[in-house]
Amino acid sequence: MNLTLKIWRQAGPSDKGGIHTYQVQGISEDMSFLEMLDVLNEQLNEKGEEPVAFDSDCREGICGTCSLMINGEAHGPEVTTTCQLHMRSFSDGDTITIEPWRAEPFSVIKDLIVDRSAFDRIIQSGGFISANTGSAPEANSVPAPRDKAMRAFNVATCIGCGACVAACPNGSASLFLGAKITHLGELPQGQPERYSRVVDMVGQHDHEGFGGCTNIGECASACPKEIPLDVISQLNKDLRTALKNGY
Amino acid sequence: MAGSTLHDGTTPLNAAPNQTSDDAHGYYTAGDPIADPVAPTGPIKDRWTNRKFENRLVNPANRRKLDIIIVGTGLAGGAAAATLGEAGYNVKSFCYQDSPRRAHSIAAQGGINAAKNYKEDGDSTFRLFYDTVKGGDYRSRESNVYRLAEVSANIIDQCVAQGVPFAREYGGLLDNRSFGGVQVSRTFYARGQTGQQLLIGAYQAMERQVAAGTVEQFTRHEMLELIVVDGKARGIIARDMVTGEIETHLADVVVLATGGYGNVFFLSTNAMGSNVTAAWRAHRKGAYMANPCYTQIHPTCIPVSGEHQSKLTLMSESLRNDGRIWVPKKKEDCTKDPRDIPEEDRDYYLERIYPSFGNLVPRDIASRAAKYMCDEGRGVGPMVGDFRRGVYLDFSDAIQRLGEDAVREKYDNLFDMYERITGENPYQVPMRIYPAVHYVMGGLWVDYHLQSNIPGLFVSGEANFSDHGANRLGASALMQGLADGYFVLPNTIRDYLADGPFEKVDESHEAVVEAKRAVQERIDKFLSINGTRSADSYHKELGNIMWEYCGMERTEDGLRKAIDMIRELKADFWTNLKVLGSADTLNQSLEKAGRVADFIELGELMCIDALNRRESCGGHFRAESQTDDGEALRHDEEFAYVAAWEWGGDSLEGGQPVLHKEDLIYTAIEMKQRSYK
Repeated sequence: MNLTLKIWRQAGPSDKGGIHTYQVQGISEDMSFLEMLDVLNEQLNEKGEEPVAFDSDCREGICGTCSLMINGEAHGPEVTTTCQLHMRSFSDGDTITIEPWRAEPFSVIKDLIVDRSAFDRIIQSGGFISANTGSAPEANSVPAPRDKAMRAFNVATCIGCGACVAACPNGSASLFLGAKITHLGELPQGQPERYSRVVDMVGQHDHEGFGGCTNIGECASACPKEIPLDVISQLNKDLRTALKNGY
Repeated sequence: MAGSTLHDGTTPLNAAPNQTSDDAHGYYTAGDPIADPVAPTGPIKDRWTNRKFENRLVNPANRRKLDIIIVGTGLAGGAAAATLGEAGYNVKSFCYQDSPRRAHSIAAQGGINAAKNYKEDGDSTFRLFYDTVKGGDYRSRESNVYRLAEVSANIIDQCVAQGVPFAREYGGLLDNRSFGGVQVSRTFYARGQTGQQLLIGAYQAMERQVAAGTVEQFTRHEMLELIVVDGKARGIIARDMVTGEIETHLADVVVLATGGYGNVFFLSTNAMGSNVTAAWRAHRKGAYMANPCYTQIHPTCIPVSGEHQSKLTLMSESLRNDGRIWVPKKKEDCTKDPRDIPEEDRDYYLERIYPSFGNLVPRDIASRAAKYMCDEGRGVGPMVGDFRRGVYLDFSDAIQRLGEDAVREKYDNLFDMYERITGENPYQVPMRIYPAVHYVMGGLWVDYHLQSNIPGLFVSGEANFSDHGANRLGASALMQGLADGYFVLPNTIRDYLADGPFEKVDESHEAVVEAKRAVQERIDKFLSINGTRSADSYHKELGNIMWEYCGMERTEDGLRKAIDMIRELKADFWTNLKVLGSADTLNQSLEKAGRVADFIELGELMCIDALNRRESCGGHFRAESQTDDGEALRHDEEFAYVAAWEWGGDSLEGGQPVLHKEDLIYTAIEMKQRSYK
């Protein structure tokens, strides 16, 4: 298939940036979206034009490195990551607009690459269980109810890609935050720090400039790992309980 | 020496090897034999316990005066950063990704082994040790492997305490499943995303130390040179991949936890950014590269679909628990809808050839068997060259036996991923799979303390060579990464640091200035060649050479040819490369150029190593060395050694690698020809 690509190009953080239009030919439907961009880049390199910078690493949907707003949707039209989006989701002759994640705390580094280090800082503020190496008790000494462990696992599959933020009209990272609060809060090992954790992480989230949640739900529908919206209810509930108890 | 008792009361069970063949004559220089200078002695079960006690201590007040650089934030690097940070050292952690959480350990699917014996099915530390040595085809060091098995149970405890959500049974206790190459259920798992969950555990532990101020993290940084001062590793030169700045970082110890080099094959299950540069730069500074030809080709990957493919995707080996592998008996059936091929016309070849292990034979055996079926013309799926390169992995029996819901609960994400990539629904049509490069057992040479031959340079995880011999068993990579990071390095590094803090090195020191200058010159060179070809195109060409001649089956003639081709490619690379953009900004073409340059040199060494090793062992299969029925044939009397290669200069300038041999002597396990029949 032949496609018209409208791609955001921005030389660096201080550059104003703008949309550039490119044509690519002979794209097969078995190619992934990023392999299609590889073809474009090889073409640009041959012409002497600098390739489009974009992030990707594992290309199997698990590392969370790839991003991209594709025709205005985070990770494009399917419920998956951009690297697992295949060209069979598009048709010959399509025009595709490709932009970086759009959110105040995710500043553009170059072209389609943004800075997501705010997510690391949110985890640093409390997204862990304090258990020094060597201090752990025998693993089966604390049983964890299976349904709770399953819920913990399901939300722990968050890959930290930032699609939830990019999709949210408020630029909120509540889904990311709620996923971590729920993961650790569902496990017996996570109880001792449960309430200090939620207060600290929400504080860091707000400090980074992410917006508040107004229950729109764009985050959950953009999430490639289908983290459900109820983690935000869990987040709010834990926060209420924490504040009521003086954390 | 076999049979006689050593001074520590143990008895060697094999004689030292004596190589009589010399296939690689003319490609290398023979060096002095080497030995592990800190090899433990005594009964194998006491070796690590005794060593932990013998290793010297560093008092807490002194720890904060000691600086440790750790490159890589996967399981081995992330776990080490967290643990050494908790101990109170000053840790600087580097990764090329935009967050430590993205290291490629995250993509490991199936699980992590541990000798917990929760199933009471006869497992033990010794059995895990035995299975791992046997699975590695008797080419690993027994002391290292025993230690790995010994600490495996502690890993599970540690991960559970951190909140890793492993699969559990209804009573709330941990569940296990079985994996290739073994007959017990010792694999702990989190659906098909075990690596992700373990890495997030290590990442969170590390971020906790960042908050505590003991770990400083440098993301989007790439190590481009090792700094060696007075024979000791004292720091690294790294490039800030956002600003392009070339930075000097000095320390008392440098740890490389930089993963494997499977991307030398271009197509592999590794991440796009996975590379050998950190390890190769250390190699060029004197660190030995051990057994570089030991490559793991994983049997269950999604087949190649076309020439624009940028990577291959693994389908977890755990699928072999419930999926049955087959090809049509008749060539003419290969293009039919598999559902229309009756049972009697299907060849479940693994079950047929290996009745006792069936679909759960080790990876190297399963991979080669798939290749042979396709070479015979019984492969399925699209034609790749002259053959169809695919075999079926069929779940219809399992779906009938367990129900679709039960299969979904175990493997849902894998089935989804398969459908996403191929457009076919594996609940209805059998999956098509084919082997792909997945892991490398070779890596930088290390001693029992995971220290390389350069004092102060430690190497952990996939980046070192020590634990998996010539083939790694499934669910053992995660085990090794975390064993090294949480439990081994923190114990052995303190012994090294007990002599520190070492004399302060200044940035103006000659060795530092020289390292920085070399990095700058190389970058300037890449940008100034101004030829016609992208680094990516060289990478693809290298990958084709490696897959063709140094892949699942290797021959003397093929390897010689490959070495010539790689040398030509290298000469062309340095005269015809084209890298656009500048050095003082984010420049992915420039990053790629440096990595490909190092892959080319590594590929050449891999071929020389494969050429020298005229035997078949594990993932290394030399066509000249096989049994009458086509199984791998080892030659212990010649090759029971670790091939540790020293950099001997660029081959285009007449340089040759120097081969140092470390004999492998077993005292706890007798070497046997592997059989899974």
